[in-house]
Amino acid sequence: MEFDALTKATGEWLKGTGPESDIVMSSRVRLARNLAHYPFVGRASEPERVEIERLIRDRIATAPVGQSLDYIDVGQLEALDRQLLVERQLISREHAEAQGARGVAIDRLEQVSLMVNEEDHLRIQCMHSGLDLHAAWDQIRLVDDQIGRVVPYAFHDRWGYLTACPTNVGTGIRVSVMLHLPALVITRQIDKVFRSLQKISLTVRGLYGEGSQAMGDFYQISNQTTLGKTEEELVEQVGDVVPVLIDYERRAREFLVRETHQNVHDQVSRAFGILRTAQTITAEETMQLLSRVRMGVLLGLLGDVDIGQLNSLLVRTQPAHLQKIRGTELDTKDRNIERARYLRQHFERQ
Amino acid sequence: MKCQQCDKQAVFHITELETGEVRELHLCEDHARTYLNQSEPDQGSDEDSPGGPLTGPLTVGQTADELAVLDKKACEMCGITFFEFRNLGRLGCPHDYAQFEKELEPLIANVHGATRHTGRRPNRNETDLPESTEEITSVIGLRRAMQDAIMSEDYEIAKQIRDTIRGIEVRWLGPAQP
Repeated sequence: MEFDALTKATGEWLKGTGPESDIVMSSRVRLARNLAHYPFVGRASEPERVEIERLIRDRIATAPVGQSLDYIDVGQLEALDRQLLVERQLISREHAEAQGARGVAIDRLEQVSLMVNEEDHLRIQCMHSGLDLHAAWDQIRLVDDQIGRVVPYAFHDRWGYLTACPTNVGTGIRVSVMLHLPALVITRQIDKVFRSLQKISLTVRGLYGEGSQAMGDFYQISNQTTLGKTEEELVEQVGDVVPVLIDYERRAREFLVRETHQNVHDQVSRAFGILRTAQTITAEETMQLLSRVRMGVLLGLLGDVDIGQLNSLLVRTQPAHLQKIRGTELDTKDRNIERARYLRQHFERQ
Repeated sequence: MKCQQCDKQAVFHITELETGEVRELHLCEDHARTYLNQSEPDQGSDEDSPGGPLTGPLTVGQTADELAVLDKKACEMCGITFFEFRNLGRLGCPHDYAQFEKELEPLIANVHGATRHTGRRPNRNETDLPESTEEITSVIGLRRAMQDAIMSEDYEIAKQIRDTIRGIEVRWLGPAQP
């Protein structure tokens, strides 16, 4: 895969299309799978990890889905390229930072990614724009069936699909939606919402997954348990709560416009002003301001700004993307200058 | 009464009702604090800490002596001990779920509120292979046994084990496998 092409392209999940895409950025399903005849990755020797990687890589290529996938040897990549894949949500931070034989197979739309030798031998992920968990589930089920025919997944009659961590055992499924909830943050209702989610066994994380802080009012909601329910039930468990959150966020947005119109209009206009004119800007501030601008556009308070473009900027202003676009490594200070320059140029062209 | 984790006097007597069954804990002040801190519902997700909710000094219902014996229990296939699992929060191989089934059951019940898979199963209709993969997982132990035989220069035994491994791999993965 050409990394320069990847830098220039935009993943399907960032298009800003799909149901409820004013609030739901993306819908994702991942499955954890392991080969039955090797120790789990953390216990495998390096020669075993090499064998696991080679076996899965070769077998993926024989499956029909393999024809549309590009395989990347993550172990051979420069740190910057690995970081680019993290920012693109195609691999996890842990996979980028790990040692030894590992890889990822991705399709050209960036909807499907298969991480090899992450915490489990295989982590399959399907990601779609907007609220479309069923499309993601239908797609991943087919990929899983195809790969399951060419490698023996570790399976136990009672425990189901066996995973390195017992918190993933059974279905091995993690169903998640990424939501943009700025009005719930501004109206200080977000903590209350999250406390009620935890009570129904759902987890809330930041934009970049496990352990990451929520940035720019983007949150991932996912199932906490993987055993004792069918995959469809777990998809429903997450899917059922999303319309409620969408409704809360919409009501909070309406409240803001109704009760504090001038104030909100001022906030989003200032955010837009800074993004268009700043000379140096951090990734965090960019994310925060893009979040406000995104809300402003959706509330009709700002002019004709394309939501897909704004979504794309969320990723393109991340450190690795900026450095790839610029074609050179940059320290934090220079990245902040480059980020501001990139944003100014982008909005000038609009 | 002694603490279930050490030899100190138990001063906290906790009854857990969370997983639908009653479990009693008798702990000294230090171990009670550790246990209660672990059990805080707002400690974040399982994956926030390297080991998650499965690690730590406590396994419900064991005395210190029982825990010491349990910690030495090792998987026949990959060799991981229960102690290593408790520290890392990650298992060593698929066989661990069978090897440590009794010990894992309460932990899994605590995390998932269930102890049986009800979801998808492997589709092996076109083969005569079973759904469960215990047979091919035995290869992990056989590889270790083969290495041991080589180290002891028992080459005849090593060759026999290698042939057994090949037989199982061909059955499960087809003749293309080495």
